[in-house]
Amino acid sequence: MSHPTGRRLAHWAPALTLAALVLLVAACSPDQYPQTTLRPRADYARDADAIFRLTLGWATVVFVLVEGALLFALYRFRNRPGAADPVQSHGNTTLEIVWTIIPAFILAMIAVPTVRTIFKTATKPGPEALQVEVIGHQWWWEFRYPQLGITTAGELMVPSGRTVNLEMTTGDVLHSFWLPQFAGKRDVFPNRYNNLWFKAEVEGNFPAQCVEFCGIQHGRMAYRIVSMKPEAFDAWAANFNQPPRDFSADTAANPLVKQGQALFQAKGCVGCHSLYPALPLIGPNLHHVGSRSHIAAGTLENTDENLAKWIQNPQAWKEGVLMPNLGLKDDEVHALVAYLRANQ
Amino acid sequence: MADTAHAHADDHHYTATGIDNRKLAIWTFIGSECMFFASLIGTYLVYKGRDVSGPMPHSTWLLKGVEQEQMLEIPLVTFGTALLLFSSFFVVLALNGAQRGNRKQLLGWLCATIFCGMFFVGMQVFEFTHFAHRGMGYTTNLFSSTFYTLTGFHGTHVTIGLIWLLSVLAVALRGKLPPEKSLNLEMAALYWHFVDVVWIVIFPVVYLIR
Amino acid sequence: MATTAIEQTPAHSVEATGLWSWITTVDHKRIGILYGATAFLFFLLGGIEALVIRLQLAQPNSTLVSPDTYNQLFTMHGTTMIFLGVMPLSAMYFNFLIPLQLGARDVAFPRLNAFSYWVFLLGGLLINVSWLFGAAPNGGWFGYANLTTKQFSPGMNIDFWTVGLQILGVASLAAAVNFFVTTVNLRAPGMKMMQMPMFVWMSFITQILLLLSFPIITVALVLLMIDRTFGTHFFVPSGGGDPILWQHLFWLFGHPEVYILILPSFGIVSEILPVFSRKPLFGYAAMVFSGVFIAFVGFGVWAHHMFATGMGPFADAFFSLATMIIAIPTGVKIFNWIGTMWGGRIEFKTAMLFAIGFLGMFIMGGLSGVMHASPPADLQQTDTYFIVAHFHYVLFGGAIFALTGGAYYWWPKMFGRMLDESLGKVHFWLMMIGFNLTFFPMHILGLNGMPRRVYTYSEESNFKLLNQLETLGSLILAVSFLVFMYNIWKTWRIKATAPADPWNGATLEWSIPSPPQVFNFPALPQVSTRDALWEMKRAAGGSVPEPQRVSGKGIHMPNPSFYPLVAAIGVTVTLGGFIGGSHLPVHIAGVAILLFGVYSWAFEPA
Repeated sequence: MSHPTGRRLAHWAPALTLAALVLLVAACSPDQYPQTTLRPRADYARDADAIFRLTLGWATVVFVLVEGALLFALYRFRNRPGAADPVQSHGNTTLEIVWTIIPAFILAMIAVPTVRTIFKTATKPGPEALQVEVIGHQWWWEFRYPQLGITTAGELMVPSGRTVNLEMTTGDVLHSFWLPQFAGKRDVFPNRYNNLWFKAEVEGNFPAQCVEFCGIQHGRMAYRIVSMKPEAFDAWAANFNQPPRDFSADTAANPLVKQGQALFQAKGCVGCHSLYPALPLIGPNLHHVGSRSHIAAGTLENTDENLAKWIQNPQAWKEGVLMPNLGLKDDEVHALVAYLRANQ
Repeated sequence: MADTAHAHADDHHYTATGIDNRKLAIWTFIGSECMFFASLIGTYLVYKGRDVSGPMPHSTWLLKGVEQEQMLEIPLVTFGTALLLFSSFFVVLALNGAQRGNRKQLLGWLCATIFCGMFFVGMQVFEFTHFAHRGMGYTTNLFSSTFYTLTGFHGTHVTIGLIWLLSVLAVALRGKLPPEKSLNLEMAALYWHFVDVVWIVIFPVVYLIR
Repeated sequence: MATTAIEQTPAHSVEATGLWSWITTVDHKRIGILYGATAFLFFLLGGIEALVIRLQLAQPNSTLVSPDTYNQLFTMHGTTMIFLGVMPLSAMYFNFLIPLQLGARDVAFPRLNAFSYWVFLLGGLLINVSWLFGAAPNGGWFGYANLTTKQFSPGMNIDFWTVGLQILGVASLAAAVNFFVTTVNLRAPGMKMMQMPMFVWMSFITQILLLLSFPIITVALVLLMIDRTFGTHFFVPSGGGDPILWQHLFWLFGHPEVYILILPSFGIVSEILPVFSRKPLFGYAAMVFSGVFIAFVGFGVWAHHMFATGMGPFADAFFSLATMIIAIPTGVKIFNWIGTMWGGRIEFKTAMLFAIGFLGMFIMGGLSGVMHASPPADLQQTDTYFIVAHFHYVLFGGAIFALTGGAYYWWPKMFGRMLDESLGKVHFWLMMIGFNLTFFPMHILGLNGMPRRVYTYSEESNFKLLNQLETLGSLILAVSFLVFMYNIWKTWRIKATAPADPWNGATLEWSIPSPPQVFNFPALPQVSTRDALWEMKRAAGGSVPEPQRVSGKGIHMPNPSFYPLVAAIGVTVTLGGFIGGSHLPVHIAGVAILLFGVYSWAFEPA
């Protein structure tokens, strides 16, 4: 080629590719991605991961062989001065049969474990599992524990080492519930329950988000999956259904907290958010919201600053969310934050 | 050799298969339309029996403790169906008349075809208004929506077919449909047969099978 | 051949010029150029939409665009690229090449051909007019119910989408009928089906897929439109409707649609590789049968887009196995393309570079596709950027590379000018680098937890670095297209003096002048083998003389007509009346215009 830019590009292409690859490899390590699917931490996820690695392995082998053949052909059969006219072959039936059978064989190696895993993961766990009902809403997740009488939102608390069975549905449009570290995902449909189950192997607080486009705030419909030791979980569950403290009659209570409790009623928060007993209202249940790790559907860390920011102007963080700007004054916001923080 | 090939291939009617382009086009279009109706019929079948309330196609029964109304008037529709089937036969006779240059045969049977088609559409219009008066609107329940949509689209296709046949009739009345131009009627007749065949599927699925 | 219902005028050796001649053209070559130019402009629009998406995603918590704007951008990007980009670019090649490669003077129905173009143009304009209302479609290119029902999408956005796609569907169906009949009936005397050029075969299979799959999405769109307009409950759960029905109908169309998108590119590459390897396509029969098999089985795999919906293990297993089976004929094609180059004498012209690039990138896209054929793995991958990577590798790395290669290859035939080879190579390398930099990291992002269709992401997710690399890649891609447009502009200014056969082509389009005269061939060729032109050259001792332009006296070509455009306006107005509710006066006006157009068309002076 005669164009200088073209020549320069082609000359630098290998080096550039190498640099990009190095960067990519560096960016590859799954441990830097909290939402990764490549570090399975439960039985279900391990089964899925095994299939993934099997297919990745075969894909890599095929990639190397086929792209290798392509690159070799380009080099070996490039036009050189004085080269003879190529043989005008039209095909080779034996070869074509061979390269039909070999891929079929490779696919069979993938298909058999696939079908086995499909049926294994479709088998619901027995009665010893912890039952959780997961309900998707625009744009937050609700969690109910029918065996424990618990209704909460935003964080799925589970005990490690015990099978958890999720029965999932939606209250409005399609969403999808995903546990990248523990199980795959399932879409949720109205009037129907879909199922996922898993047994977490580790404790921790893991991020996740909705994975079925569900409207304007699909991008900020996140949640946390909090796995804890069974004793800790039992303690949490036992403590959960203590009614929230009533600060109005408590003379020793912080006046800001008392003001917040009054505002929670007066400003209409109770119209959408219940505490205890839980009511099926438009907004997430806020019982024990003070001790959750995140708020605003898993998108903001639960600090006083963020809580204030959210209450003051939810539309600024999640435009289109169903919680309106209530036009609260700064001191009202601080009071509400104090009240909610006191609801541990 | 090239000259005869040139003369042959440049003949305005040359086709590799011997089938006129326009006839092949109608068949191709019909194939596509089959998928259209298959999807509509599939939707009807998927939602059959899944109503939570409202009028039902067949015998009355209790749903949620309330007796449901039965809607379909099978005898009338059976008669309309028979007329539609006969009209396919009539259009074949009309086409035969066109191909043989028999003007009386062409015009007579074409009118018979159109008359039967008009009766069928009239019957459907009567059926729809009758249902509406009895309280089955478009959005009443799944049966009403799927019923009106499926039979409505079919009825629209019949109506388009009638407009087409009437246009051909107008051309024929002006003496502009000699045997060489009988393909114009044949295309309309093919479409008409298709519309008939679709009804042969819809009628049992909607009216007869419970 | 041309119908007897329209007047024939003697062909002239000099073609009519001016705007009116283009508005009334029924010449397949001009219609092809119209398709190509229009599609390219829409493609650039879709590319700008992508660039804004990439700029928004370059920073976590970015507020470059609002969430609703973002949702409109990704919806329109997908819809535009598929329906207004790749499909009509393929239609450019169908239009220009099929009659030429078959040795015919035009398609079977020249006015129907013009009609499909005008409907495409009007449909594409209508769906984009929505931007002016601030109501561009925002439900995703797949428009899942029940998000797209009136309750959850109260604005006009989804109306523009359902109406626009139905209009575009009319265009596709009309064109499909036309090319189906043309391929079956207008082959040159002696040309058997198994002697047609591979591009014509792949296009033929594409037409069949169009004919059988578009009615299904038409039904889905009609039912959604009826739900939104009249209050039925086809997809509304409170009335007994089931959103999963939408998914089944959509993907029953949607999966054949992806083959509609790629098969023409398979055909283009099957034309380019043999010519620049100087040997015939390896395994012609296998290529035909694998294409037929892919199309047929392609109707049986649709629910692999629905593995996360909980269909149950038997359905999951069935669709998984069916999807894996499709990988076999696809593999056969890839090996046959390599086999074509093997033992050849490869010329690295720009067109060939793009064809090779297609092959390299399509292999990767195909392999990631096999990875999500397995439901247990797919339950982690679906709805993440891993899938975005997969389909961009097959649709951009595959289809766009092939379509671009086709442009370099057939440019001299279409316009009588060669595109600059050096600039072409700059274009190619920039596109290769930009494309891989943009889309390869998406595999990594997807496996590490980045979902699709999200307008932003958090700092903690650590998605920033790879997103920035991808944004950089997309800017490089943009530059590559600027190079392409510069190439077009620069070479346009020289006189049209390209030879008839600059590449030593194998097929009949290279046997006539560049650009062809309006009647294509002075005398319709007689064909008895594949690679008809190579055979003619062999029989003539190695080469044939440069074809001369002739007067075309005695050759009758169809009259131009204004009525296809009128009918197209009728269709658009009739369906357009459903936007924002059903407006009876608009429907009536549309039907009146349509009837006027159709009757005038049918009774144009004989």
